[in-house]
Amino acid sequence: MALSECSLEMLQYLKLKSVDELFKDIPKEVRIDGLRLPDGLSELELRRELETMMGVNKTASSQPTFLGAGVYHHFIPAAVRTIVSRGEFITSYTPYQPEISQGMLQSLFEYQSFMAELTAMDVVNSSMYDASTALGEAVLMSHRISGGDTFLISRAVSPEKKDVARTYARGADIKLVDVGYDPHTGQVDLADLKSKVKDNITGFYFETPNFLGPIETQADEIRGILGNKTVVVGVNPMSLALLRPPGDVGADIVIGDAQVFGTPMNLGGPMIGIFGCKSEHVRKMPGRIIGLTNDIDGKLAYCMTLQTREQHIRRSKATSNICTNEALVALTAAAYLSIVGKSGLREIAAKNVENMHSLATRINSVKGFKAPHFKSAHFNEFVVSSDLNSDRVHKELLAKGVHGGLVLDRFFPELKHSALYATTEMHTKADHDKLIAALEAIR
Amino acid sequence: MTYHQAVHEVPSIFENCERPTTADKFDPTLGGKLPDEIVRKELNLPDLPERDVVKHFINLSQMNFGVDNGFYPLGSCTMKYNPKVCDEIVSMRTVTDIHPLQDPSTIQGALKLMYELEQMLCEIGGVDAVTLQPAAGAHGEFTGIHLVKAYHEANGETRKEVILPDTAHGTNPASAAMVGYDVLDLPSKEGCVDVEALKAAVSNDTAAFMLTNPNTLGLFEKNVREIAGILHDAGALLYYDGANLNAIMGKTSPGKMDFDIVHFNLHKTFATPHGGGGPGAGPVGVKKKLEEFLPVPRIVENKGTYSLDSDKPKSIGKVRAFFGNYAVFVRAYAYIKMQGGKGLVSVSENAVLNSNYLKERLKGSFELPYDPLRKHEFVLSGRPLKAKGLRTLDFAKRLLDYGFHAPTIYFPIIVDEAIMIEPTETESRETLDAFVDACEAILKEDPELLHSAPRNTARRRLDEAKAARDMIFSWHAYEKKLQSGTGGQ
Repeated sequence: MALSECSLEMLQYLKLKSVDELFKDIPKEVRIDGLRLPDGLSELELRRELETMMGVNKTASSQPTFLGAGVYHHFIPAAVRTIVSRGEFITSYTPYQPEISQGMLQSLFEYQSFMAELTAMDVVNSSMYDASTALGEAVLMSHRISGGDTFLISRAVSPEKKDVARTYARGADIKLVDVGYDPHTGQVDLADLKSKVKDNITGFYFETPNFLGPIETQADEIRGILGNKTVVVGVNPMSLALLRPPGDVGADIVIGDAQVFGTPMNLGGPMIGIFGCKSEHVRKMPGRIIGLTNDIDGKLAYCMTLQTREQHIRRSKATSNICTNEALVALTAAAYLSIVGKSGLREIAAKNVENMHSLATRINSVKGFKAPHFKSAHFNEFVVSSDLNSDRVHKELLAKGVHGGLVLDRFFPELKHSALYATTEMHTKADHDKLIAALEAIR
Repeated sequence: MTYHQAVHEVPSIFENCERPTTADKFDPTLGGKLPDEIVRKELNLPDLPERDVVKHFINLSQMNFGVDNGFYPLGSCTMKYNPKVCDEIVSMRTVTDIHPLQDPSTIQGALKLMYELEQMLCEIGGVDAVTLQPAAGAHGEFTGIHLVKAYHEANGETRKEVILPDTAHGTNPASAAMVGYDVLDLPSKEGCVDVEALKAAVSNDTAAFMLTNPNTLGLFEKNVREIAGILHDAGALLYYDGANLNAIMGKTSPGKMDFDIVHFNLHKTFATPHGGGGPGAGPVGVKKKLEEFLPVPRIVENKGTYSLDSDKPKSIGKVRAFFGNYAVFVRAYAYIKMQGGKGLVSVSENAVLNSNYLKERLKGSFELPYDPLRKHEFVLSGRPLKAKGLRTLDFAKRLLDYGFHAPTIYFPIIVDEAIMIEPTETESRETLDAFVDACEAILKEDPELLHSAPRNTARRRLDEAKAARDMIFSWHAYEKKLQSGTGGQ
């Protein structure tokens, strides 16, 4: 390997003849001779190669796409990118030295403030990886709060999320048990819930709107049924521009995903797990928390706080192992919410509800399709049921340049032929027209 | 000393957020589309012109220090320069505007990239299969220890204990505990694993031993094969914490060292930006015998077509929804492609050269515990500062005044007043020399300057105990406290 002049001088300074001597402490029996990878590309070659490679992906703009299920296509104002592109933010790390990191710290504090306001929770941490891992951590935290060995979870939760929660629960020997939904409203089946809440119960997780779209109207009753057990509520934070926040109905823990606030879909990553709780539980909370204080001159300042919960201090006794989180995505959410503001956010949320209503009504009028399947209020997502085979519908739509909703048959066989459709402010009337025409053409 | 960070007075974005005094005119039921009992009555968010919001955040950015600003020798975090072409690539619509639940036929490019990244990581790590799903290094550990558990359970064994050296990153014991294991800390001997103590500690109850090599002192664990033998003879597995992989690419590999499971930190070794704390990505690689336990779905290639396979009955399930932090994969993929095999080897060579050069130049001014040759990082002790009534913390704060981010301090815990320095390969000799000059200058300064540091940053030293006492975690909580007259300055 050719070394630069500088490197040679540094080697001389170290009284070494070759770079190899720097690795003489690696025993022969574990040495390898380089890597069997192709030679490096120039920036131009790299751009060309990746443009070609990625060019085969069908994007939401090249085909109207009606997928949601936890990841949503929303508009991102240009100014959000301007803010989030700052190298000072992107190339920094966890603000271990707060005096030189006030920019990120204040931004994260503002993210916490936005989320605390939207959810009406006392404290929201500065992020988990995504909603699925936030749910996993919520199961573990519920156990720290309420003990027990069984965590109840609504059946109307994303199978992906439930799989992740199950992995987290397994480590703590906590069993997950489903609570059914009402077949007409799609909301929590209160009778089923009541029958399952016993002494050994840790807590209960339900969503509003839930995975199948319905907004829960029985949150107060659910709180009542759970008594002193832990209530964990999952939200789509954008819907909270309109909906009663979970803090108002006595949730102990709130989770969700703030990807909807300014982060592209990116094939589902990075996302950002919202994690909030009541102040009485804060010492049991996972993740980084930014607090307010002042410096020795008395100026307001921000720093990470309550770190004695965390792995770098508490090691095996920590509330979680999380270290790297999704700080930049939190900054993105704060920037997005600041840019769109209160009135903008309400308008966007309203547009989502209106688009949902209009699309569901139109699909419902197509012969052989029923939408929304459940009789409840919805935000931007709903189940479409049909007497046609879902996979066939899916394939025929794809052939016509439309990506339909998520086929549910595998996960929710009780819904027979059904799919989960999402629509946001990104869809134009032409996009809806194209879907409706494609559905009509299937017969 | 010429560094001065911008000092802006940036009021909270909520400061101008007026609370509605009269009933809000907005109708959240949207004319009855949403029932009245489920809509909210109040929403206290700011409503500012775009111009003011941009000013707010740009001024905040100027009060933040990243690798783009200057030297960031934060040990164990590998704060290398992040190539800007990757920012452009991850902004392409064909990367951003795809949904994880799309039909595989419509995301062939994305699946191909992930499949190839898995293959490249297999080569670098010396392993047989890789999952990209974990979202960070600690999440990779969590995944890896779940694999350990699944492996033993499949063999009809319930082993209860994970052993790790006292130099381990805090995430290691925390991850093992989250999977339900008891954690046994093994005291080090001369900075490395005490092989005799390990032999004595290992039993039929040992599920795994977690190790990073080079370790957190920057020392290469020469007995790694013997260590692996001890664990394997007892039926236990060896886990590799990939935080320090930047030191060894193409020289050795975790697989070659007989590790069974390894996590990679794409945000460290593969130059994806740390984002102020994240996102990162923590793919996990395994030897053949553990492949069947990896999270689902697996990406499968058949004659150039990629599909997803979730039919893996022995899989540990899922550790994160969808595929993981995809945009981070794209950046890491681009970085590896740009470096190529030879480039990655030279990355490690230069990282180790920079580290040893800096160590040689600094060791006279501090204490340097343990053997001289280091890998990508080294740990000094700030103990000599104590004679002047100073601590490592004071030195670290003073470095900020010189325009350098401080090293990692007080870790690893076995070194008194630890100063953990990782220069990375992307810093020039001039930068390293300037850092040495600053360190030497600081040691000659009036101790009071160190006590009262920093002075040239956006804020001076913080009262961190007050933050923990006051517990103000949101702007509205702060306002409430002000109103009740108990908070504030």
